[in-house]
Amino acid sequence: MNALTALGEVLVLIGTFFYFLSALGLIRMPDVYNRMQTSTKSATLGSLGVIIGVGIWALGTDFGSAAWLTKTVVIAVFLLLTNPISAHALIRAAYKSGIPLWEGSVMDKYREHIEAKAKALEAAESETPEEGGEE
Amino acid sequence: MIGINVYLALIAIATLLSMYRVFRGPTTVDRLVAVDIMTTITAGLMVLFALYYERMIFLDVALVYAILAFGGVIAFARYMEGGL
Repeated sequence: MNALTALGEVLVLIGTFFYFLSALGLIRMPDVYNRMQTSTKSATLGSLGVIIGVGIWALGTDFGSAAWLTKTVVIAVFLLLTNPISAHALIRAAYKSGIPLWEGSVMDKYREHIEAKAKALEAAESETPEEGGEE
Repeated sequence: MIGINVYLALIAIATLLSMYRVFRGPTTVDRLVAVDIMTTITAGLMVLFALYYERMIFLDVALVYAILAFGGVIAFARYMEGGL
């Protein structure tokens, strides 16, 4: 067992631990927003650990080559880019389809944003005809 | 150092734990979130399988699986929003 194998195995172990944390958050958390919050981040970090760890681990074995590391880095970067996008789209769909927040939640920034936007639009609409009437 | 069999078993157990939310989840988006996490974990499991069987072609399978899962989740999210 050389240094590359040991480093890869440690990375895979860390990634497996974060996979476990993500599954645990999926079970434990009270509503869909908290579940998404805990599980997506730790699953992304766990994928990075496992996938790049496999690439480094394969470099240390006798069948491994540099192509292993290249392909695993491609998969890891793809997952790193697409996981937040899918999480964002899912949670926006959850909010738009009217799923209520957990009763212990203390802040709803998205609703404040929507209300402020609607108020600004209303003000702009009420100002325009008055100006037109004055002219 | 523990060995690759133990890692495979642990990741499979994590997948099964997230299956709990797929069956239990009160709303549809709960199930979608659980399926999203499950596909992410399964992509990592496939990469580990490539090392286990010493075949590099399994890495391509994992990449295509990740791409298809991403497309499916985006399509379902658009459908839930009512935009599809």
